[in-house]
Amino acid sequence: MQSAQTSFENIRKDFPILERTVRENKTLVYLDNASTTQKPNQVIDAINDYYRNHNANIHRAVYALAEEATELYEQTRDKVANFINVKNRDEIIFVRGTTEAINLVAYSWGREHVKEGDVIVTTEYEHHSNIVPWQLLTQEKGAKIEYIGMDDNGELILDDLDKYLATGKVKLVTFSLMSNVLGTISDADTIISKCKKAGVLTLIDGAQAVPHMKVDLEKLGCDFFAFSGHKMLGPTGIGILWVKKSVLETMNPFHGGGDMIREVHKYETTWNDLPYKFEAGTPNIADVVGLGAAIDYLSKIGMENIRQHEIDLTTYAIEKLSHVKGLHIYGTKDISKRGGVISFNFADVHPHDVAQIIDEEGIAVRSGHHCAQVLMERLNVAATSRASFYIYNTKEEVDKLINSLNKVAEVFKL
Amino acid sequence: MSNADIYHEMIIDYSRNPINYGKIEDHDVTFHDSNPLCGDSIDIDMKIDDNKVSDIKFHGKGCAICMACSSVLTEIAKGKDINEVKNISKNDVLGELGLENLQAVRIKCALLSLKVLKYALYSYLGKHLKDSQDVDKLKEEAANLY
Repeated sequence: MQSAQTSFENIRKDFPILERTVRENKTLVYLDNASTTQKPNQVIDAINDYYRNHNANIHRAVYALAEEATELYEQTRDKVANFINVKNRDEIIFVRGTTEAINLVAYSWGREHVKEGDVIVTTEYEHHSNIVPWQLLTQEKGAKIEYIGMDDNGELILDDLDKYLATGKVKLVTFSLMSNVLGTISDADTIISKCKKAGVLTLIDGAQAVPHMKVDLEKLGCDFFAFSGHKMLGPTGIGILWVKKSVLETMNPFHGGGDMIREVHKYETTWNDLPYKFEAGTPNIADVVGLGAAIDYLSKIGMENIRQHEIDLTTYAIEKLSHVKGLHIYGTKDISKRGGVISFNFADVHPHDVAQIIDEEGIAVRSGHHCAQVLMERLNVAATSRASFYIYNTKEEVDKLINSLNKVAEVFKL
Repeated sequence: MSNADIYHEMIIDYSRNPINYGKIEDHDVTFHDSNPLCGDSIDIDMKIDDNKVSDIKFHGKGCAICMACSSVLTEIAKGKDINEVKNISKNDVLGELGLENLQAVRIKCALLSLKVLKYALYSYLGKHLKDSQDVDKLKEEAANLY
């Protein structure tokens, strides 16, 4: 694997921000990739080029610029379809991000199909964006929200799912493919096959999975799938919602306005074709173009190589971290079941204090509840520190993290 | 402020062994608040006799800064007249620990307990006193602390 090794070393050169220093002239060690990733020149340049050379509104005007802008925008839809293996490009809707995607489903699908007494099933390790929209919906409808529990290894307890499905009241099962706190990779195949047998729809939050491993929607067979561009080298403010066409056709629009209509009269309106029915108003064209460049970049490296790189890095980091006295790592140690996200607590030191002390060494980790307070309650902690990796991270950076933790131990006299 | 300035002996000691930590079961007033972004969460219970804070305790979860400042704040408030407690300022707390120049993202950790204390007094005074103008000022102050 000489060539793969070399290519990962060269990757860092594509990310200008990784060259800068922070605090007291410390090289930036960016380990908050589960939150958002840095952007390569290829993505920055694509957005720049769009505004410098192609900027126009899409879909209607006939002049040259508008045609170019429309083509660039629609090209990304094809790239997305190809990237996650979707046959029908009309099932791909551009949204602001995973949060908006899930809210769209809760609003447009949920309001149409969820009735009093129905149940929406989610899990204990969801991000708030896969809990709160369902609370809003179920409260409005007099429906109920139930949680698939998590065992002490950070894996879902699928017996809970069987129990809920047996009631015959479940309308939707929604879960993240990879936990943003524990890195646990959900057993999507089993969940989806159980739901299919019960005639229940499934939604997958792919925000943490899509950037880090090959995701094949044809194979998965879920009904809704959401992810964000900014966690996979793309710009902020752009994300994807995919919905199976037969389901999408039963949904009402999310926002009303321009572009989503066929004909508007004083008292009635007919809707545009899919997917435009769900893309009201001028979309985030430049960032769609940027997302296209990010997909090109990731595809060139290959998602299998990216997953392997993160497996190597995470294995190395877990091994090193487990030798730090007083440090507790959450979640499974089985690398085949987890991504490059490591949440930990260090003795009795609060994660904010850990983050602040290692920030002085240039190390960026996230501390807090990671928008997963239900999970924090389950783990019985207020917060954790979280290091999360991506393609540009190195073992040397893991070593720097370990060294910086020694500083924490020093300050807190551990 | 660098870490060496922030994480001095007193902060570490207070965070390890907080003062006035716990609950007052027969409190006259209790208040809870949290910082939504970081999850720091503080409750303050007070016993009030003859217009004096005769006992005060706090409990909750927070970082070293939050715990140290809560300790110091309760130490300042304990035994004092309500009118004095009402006027405790952020610099009274920060100054005690040498945190006057704390960076903006951490100020909320340091001042959460003061915010809770001011709201607690507001809710107590609202029930027990007629002078509502003064009480409203307290609420405003708590809301705009950071």
